[in-house]
Amino acid sequence: MTIDRLLEGLRQRDPRAIGRAISLVENGDESAEIILSSLDENLVSQATILGITGPPGAGKSTLTNEIIAKLRHQEERIGIIAIDPSSPISGGAILGDRIRMMQHATDKDVVMRSMATRGRLGGLCATAGAAVRIMASCGCSTIIIETVGVGQSEMDIIRLADITLLVMAPGLGDEIQAMKAGLLEVADILVVNKADCKGADILAMDLEAVTRKGSATPTQVCMTVATEGKGVTELLDRIDKLDSEHRDSGERQKRRRGAHNQEVLDWCLEILRPQLLDKIIKRKLSVLGDPRLKAKKILEEK
Amino acid sequence: MAKHPKLAEWEENELAKSLSRFPERKAKFTNHGGDEIPRLATPETIDEHYLDNLGFPGQYPYTRGVQPTMHRGRLWTMRQYAGFSSAAESNKRYRYLLDQGTTGLSVAFDLPTQIGYDSDDQMSIGEVGKVGVAIDSLADMETLFDQIPLDKVSTSMTINSPAAVLLAMYVAVGEKQGVAPKDIQGTIQNDILKEYVARGTYIFPPKPSLRLITNIFQWCGQNTPAFNTISISGYHIREAGSTAAQEVAFTLANGCTYVQTALDAGLELDVFARRLAFFFNASSDLLEEVAKFRAARRLWARLMKERFGAKNKASLMLRFHTQTAGNTLTAQQIDNNIVRVTIQALAAVLGGTQSLHTNSKDEAHSLPTEESVRTALRTQQVLAHESGVVDTIDPLAGSYYIESLTDKIERDALALIDKIEESGGVVKCIEDGFIQRQIENAAYQYQMEIERGERIIVGVNKFQIQEEKKPPLLRVAPEVEESQIAKLTEVKNNRNNEQVASLLARLETAAQGDDNLMPFIYDCVKEYATLGEICNVLRKVFGEYKDRG
Amino acid sequence: MGSTQKYRVLIGKPGLDGHDRGAKFIARALRDAGFEVVYTGIRRSPEEIAAAAVQEDVDAVGLSSLSGAHMRLFPAVVEALAHAGAPEIPVLGGGVIPEEDIVALKAAGIVEIFTPGTPIDTIISAYRDACEKKSTG
Ligand SMILES: Nc1nc2c(ncn2[C@@H]2O[C@H](COP(=O)(O)OP(=O)(O)O)[C@@H](O)[C@H]2O)c(=O)[nH]1
Ligand SMILES: [Mg+2]
Repeated sequence: MTIDRLLEGLRQRDPRAIGRAISLVENGDESAEIILSSLDENLVSQATILGITGPPGAGKSTLTNEIIAKLRHQEERIGIIAIDPSSPISGGAILGDRIRMMQHATDKDVVMRSMATRGRLGGLCATAGAAVRIMASCGCSTIIIETVGVGQSEMDIIRLADITLLVMAPGLGDEIQAMKAGLLEVADILVVNKADCKGADILAMDLEAVTRKGSATPTQVCMTVATEGKGVTELLDRIDKLDSEHRDSGERQKRRRGAHNQEVLDWCLEILRPQLLDKIIKRKLSVLGDPRLKAKKILEEK
Repeated sequence: MAKHPKLAEWEENELAKSLSRFPERKAKFTNHGGDEIPRLATPETIDEHYLDNLGFPGQYPYTRGVQPTMHRGRLWTMRQYAGFSSAAESNKRYRYLLDQGTTGLSVAFDLPTQIGYDSDDQMSIGEVGKVGVAIDSLADMETLFDQIPLDKVSTSMTINSPAAVLLAMYVAVGEKQGVAPKDIQGTIQNDILKEYVARGTYIFPPKPSLRLITNIFQWCGQNTPAFNTISISGYHIREAGSTAAQEVAFTLANGCTYVQTALDAGLELDVFARRLAFFFNASSDLLEEVAKFRAARRLWARLMKERFGAKNKASLMLRFHTQTAGNTLTAQQIDNNIVRVTIQALAAVLGGTQSLHTNSKDEAHSLPTEESVRTALRTQQVLAHESGVVDTIDPLAGSYYIESLTDKIERDALALIDKIEESGGVVKCIEDGFIQRQIENAAYQYQMEIERGERIIVGVNKFQIQEEKKPPLLRVAPEVEESQIAKLTEVKNNRNNEQVASLLARLETAAQGDDNLMPFIYDCVKEYATLGEICNVLRKVFGEYKDRG
Repeated sequence: MGSTQKYRVLIGKPGLDGHDRGAKFIARALRDAGFEVVYTGIRRSPEEIAAAAVQEDVDAVGLSSLSGAHMRLFPAVVEALAHAGAPEIPVLGGGVIPEEDIVALKAAGIVEIFTPGTPIDTIISAYRDACEKKSTG
């Protein structure tokens, strides 16, 4: 596909062009600049970016599937980016989130893309950010980013979102302990999914208690049964309300700007990392001495 | 040496009772030299350990078999799974098999039937009549069993999600032949849980599926008391790549789930538990497989007695059908498959199976031809009549290796069952993908061993040859789809459509409530409502299960 | 892996057959060989598979079918891909498939067919070749 045909395809919102464009950006192709400059800024700034994170098995994909169904009822065009970890050994990945959303597979107005973390620290954030903008520019008014809330790279993804949901479920065990540390703070809305299962009420109470401790405005907890679509309308209402509050207060613009700065910073690091490593290796440093000082010297070097 | 009192007791009770009702196949069992073959070998010293872990045949914990005389009394049922194309074609194959000496039928349905779609459904394209027979309505079922007296043969039907519908059709065919429901015999697979983890022909989510199963238990208890209401299957779990211990664990865990669900619905344990049957895989590791069957039997008896408090002896007995392992058949040098099947069938017999299907040598290529099916059946007959292993009960008992392996499989399986229990039960573990992952990991590991050449499959990764001759293949004519659709249209034109619509509406209302659905389904099939119509009504009320992949 | 290029493939099961042991094994083996594998699970229509392949912009599609429905389903996926504007995405297939069908399937545009017993290394290199050809072609 030539770049002209690709850009024309994007204007036509052709799924093939959208898919290609995301790949080109993801693979760091030179055409990325042309593609990303050609996007419709207005649509990009209007779209709502929803982050959905939480431990594996909490029901994120099922919930995403339900949200899609509800939004499609309102004739919205929706984008989904589902992120799964790459294997650190082979670099490969199995991307299985589509399974939960296959019912929308042939719906032209549901644009879905699976993405592997590819061991990138910041690069993923940048790639996902670009994919979000491509989708938005192609008419997706809501874009959902689903990611497993365990690693640092997933935390970074959250920065891309206007609103972040943290999805939990009863009976998942100690993963929750680990999550409580970082994610509770970045989440805008807490969702206790699998409300039909034992322990959901207790989990919701626990979460409310934890968030109440440190903050004047405790994070609200939503209860859902994703498999039955229960509580999803209420959840969407809450998202809407928070989103318009954020738009009015300037919070949303602040986040967007922060996210983009972060994206560029991530790329700086991504580019610098191999260069710096190269220099470090060349110096054949001794183990003695203050590493911080060594770093400073390397950075000062022209 | 004096006979141990417990042995004498067994001989006087279980054995004598059994012999008086069912005499053994021969008055005297002898070997080639004329020496008499003992019924049962026992250790020199029978102690507590022996009595707790092995006991005598037909006695708790049934390690040595569920009947006091086992294959000396009656051979297993030789039951060949068959079915393809149209009902008329399959009917021909069944009558051929009965002529050749099979003693029970086993019906394979095509995938649309198994997933509750009519042959004219969009979803059925390309699949009609492929892996089994296509059944759309009672009319097809009537053809399928034409001239086969349902009071004389027992029929096993591999049907799960729509089991209630096919069972209703079977009973209805019986009634048309003048056979009362109480006289029909056979088994429906009706085991939905393993569909979610291993076989894939599910329709509804777990909760309504379990309700249908319980409905069947209850209805059969009242109407078809000689019919096995479920065949709790490890076969497909093993085919999907599980280990032997996992096969036992996941099967029995599923069994416990069905029991608990039925108890929760208010059914009486000692009424329904006796009609639970099992279905295992016989793979090529002969000794491990024999130990597996023995371990499964003992563990089920213990679970039923200790965890559920079953009192009736029949509730404790794990009776099972076996099929040789389809996944061990190779497409290369297919005659070797006959040897594999022989070893596997031998394992099943030594393990005390109640019925057996032997695979045909050409099944890695296509559906088996009539000739290869005959060889498969002959394999069973050779084992039964020539090998001599059937003349004494549980002949491998007492082998240090077999006993320690039996103990180990029981231990490993129980540990897994307990882990599932602690993690919230089978349904939860399926939804979380825990069980699927366990099987997948085992399968992956096994396959990688083959890929690396650490495990040898004869003719595949070693001892290969250049093969010229292609095996003759049985093909399902593509016209089957068309003619099946034509037949379906005719049925729909000739029935009382108003009546059908009103019966389907009644079924829908019933499904929304708590009534037993069997009588409603039975009414529907008798008026020639189709399988797809009935399942669609249930889909509407119950929703559909989505796979976690 | 020699190149920095990541190959993306889609593995799916068209039709009603639920035996996914083979498909899952291939998916996993491809992952372990460095591929990114979009797995769509069982019971997918040709249209669903094609739509997913386009959105995911995969370099190849792998199909598995054990129910004997391959003659209908595999070519249907090739057609659906063409219809979705992606005729260049190569389709590979596997299953219990007799030799004479393989010839017909290849004529219908399936680039490679694997039958039981094919070593996994052969399968992986076929996928790699197909992906390479597509990205350079
Ligand atoms: N009982 C119950 N199960 C659910 C619910 N939501 C999701 N599940 C099940 O939980 C499992 C994991 O869901 P999935 O969406 O894949 O989770 P993810 O890993 O967070 O994306 C699946 O088997 C779902 O069917 C719910 O609300 N109630
Ligand atoms: Mg997910």
